[in-house]
Amino acid sequence: MVFGVILAGGMGSRMGNVEKPKQFLTIGEKPIIVHTLEKFYVNPKFEKIIVLCPSQWVEHTKNLVKKYMKDGERIAVISGGATRNETIMNSIAYIEEKYGLDEDTIIVTHDSVRPFVTHRIIEENISCAMKYGACDTVIPATDTIVESDDHKVITNIPNRANMYQGQTPQSFKAKKLKELYYALSEEEKEILTDAAKIFVMKGQEVHLVEGEVFNIKITYPYDLRVAETMTKGEK
Amino acid sequence: MLNAVYQLVAPRRIDVSFQDIDLHGDKMIVRPTHLSICHADQRYYQGVRPAEVLAKKLPMALIHEGIGEVVYDPSGVYKAGDCVVMIPNTPVEKDDVIAENYLRSSRFRASGFDGFMQDLVALDPDRAVLLPEGIDKTIAAFTELVSVSFHAIRRFDGIAHARRNTVGIWGDGNLGYITAVLFKSMFPDVHLCIFGTNDEKLEDFTFADATYNVKAIPNDLAVDHAFECVGGEASQKAINQIIDVINPEGTLSLLGVSEYPVPINTRMVLEKGLRLFGSSRSGRVDFEKTVALYASHPEIIGYFGKLVGALVEIHSIADMNRAFELDIQKSIGKTIMIWSK
Repeated sequence: MVFGVILAGGMGSRMGNVEKPKQFLTIGEKPIIVHTLEKFYVNPKFEKIIVLCPSQWVEHTKNLVKKYMKDGERIAVISGGATRNETIMNSIAYIEEKYGLDEDTIIVTHDSVRPFVTHRIIEENISCAMKYGACDTVIPATDTIVESDDHKVITNIPNRANMYQGQTPQSFKAKKLKELYYALSEEEKEILTDAAKIFVMKGQEVHLVEGEVFNIKITYPYDLRVAETMTKGEK
Repeated sequence: MLNAVYQLVAPRRIDVSFQDIDLHGDKMIVRPTHLSICHADQRYYQGVRPAEVLAKKLPMALIHEGIGEVVYDPSGVYKAGDCVVMIPNTPVEKDDVIAENYLRSSRFRASGFDGFMQDLVALDPDRAVLLPEGIDKTIAAFTELVSVSFHAIRRFDGIAHARRNTVGIWGDGNLGYITAVLFKSMFPDVHLCIFGTNDEKLEDFTFADATYNVKAIPNDLAVDHAFECVGGEASQKAINQIIDVINPEGTLSLLGVSEYPVPINTRMVLEKGLRLFGSSRSGRVDFEKTVALYASHPEIIGYFGKLVGALVEIHSIADMNRAFELDIQKSIGKTIMIWSK
């Protein structure tokens, strides 16, 4: 079984509007999270789509699902965790409780603030996770990446040809992800920025899925302006 | 749902834009898999349409010949994964007399609105026809073009008088070839003559009863009816040659598209009492019957296999441009985009 896991846990403190997490702001006539959900909703491969958001926003999100989605039954809204990976573990716990976990349970985890994800990217995530166990959506880096350990001087400039920018979805065999995550030490957990790293830290292969430059993450007010412009074509 | 649409924004320049698909409506959603490039697409891509036409129509996604897999159908007619051919003509009204493809109100993909170069295509469920399982998708990709020929032959059958001993098809390109294959399978007893300019291409019409170079037509040759599948600048020569060769009261079916008005010998049209009728595009019934013909006459698919030219895997906008540029260089055949974008 394949599950969509929409990560809407962020509190949006980087946006100008501190009152409302960014996934609830609108592009066109719908909240960003609804645009994102729709991409998963139309894909029949998903048994269920699980939305994880801050507990105080759970009811609000449920109301949005009711208002905007035709068949709310395929969508579950539950509370996220303290970190991104704890949030993903919450989704796995939900799946385990309701459906059971087996070797072929796939989760396609996706940022709720990336509404421009395409059907092709989602499809390739599903097939890649089924085949290899883990995959990450990336685009080749266009800017040179500069590394600095002390945030003052450059430590290293890696070869750009080998650099990619990570996007989402990131997709995994859920059982494997759970096992690897709970095998990490607390120190290892602290340096995790995303779930793909769990596999990498444990020496497991994570395959690349080609993303899109336009699969942007709406993080800053500027991004929202870009997204608005992207959706205002002449026709 | 924010859908990625790959529009031609200026000649030779394709860019992505996003359009919201309303999931609360009745529209089904299809993921394109194989798209076929048509001359009409090329006229936009190369910018050879008049400037005012380009200014009015662009930006617009190209391609009106294509197939795909059903992703979502709220009407329940199709199930996810069904392979369908998409119908570009999109009527907005019903008319008991006038066919859907001739209603001036109908919209047409990649002409009046966005074509199939999209991540997902939203269609009314009656704008798709199920394809037989196991069909060669690279051939099925240009079913729309086949349905246009089918439509013209169907109309010919209703319009032309009953003496059909000899029928001529002018044009040795894709449209001439497809029309000839279909005609022979639908009217196997009619003596079918092909008229073209390229001897090498004419040799491919092995199923026809005779082929002639238009520069060397025997003086005593006559046809009862004719199809013009030439189009462009050569339309004038072809139509007037047909008028000379055709028997009185014959029917001349016009299929070739010309950007400019074509002078024709109306004196002889009058003297011979000819019937000239035009055909353009096709409707749902033509698609259904074309697909049924694939099933009842599988040899057709074999003949059409010859038309599959370059297959271009599309992962980027650069690949889309490459497919169109490759298509310009070909002399015959169809360029098929394997849609992986």
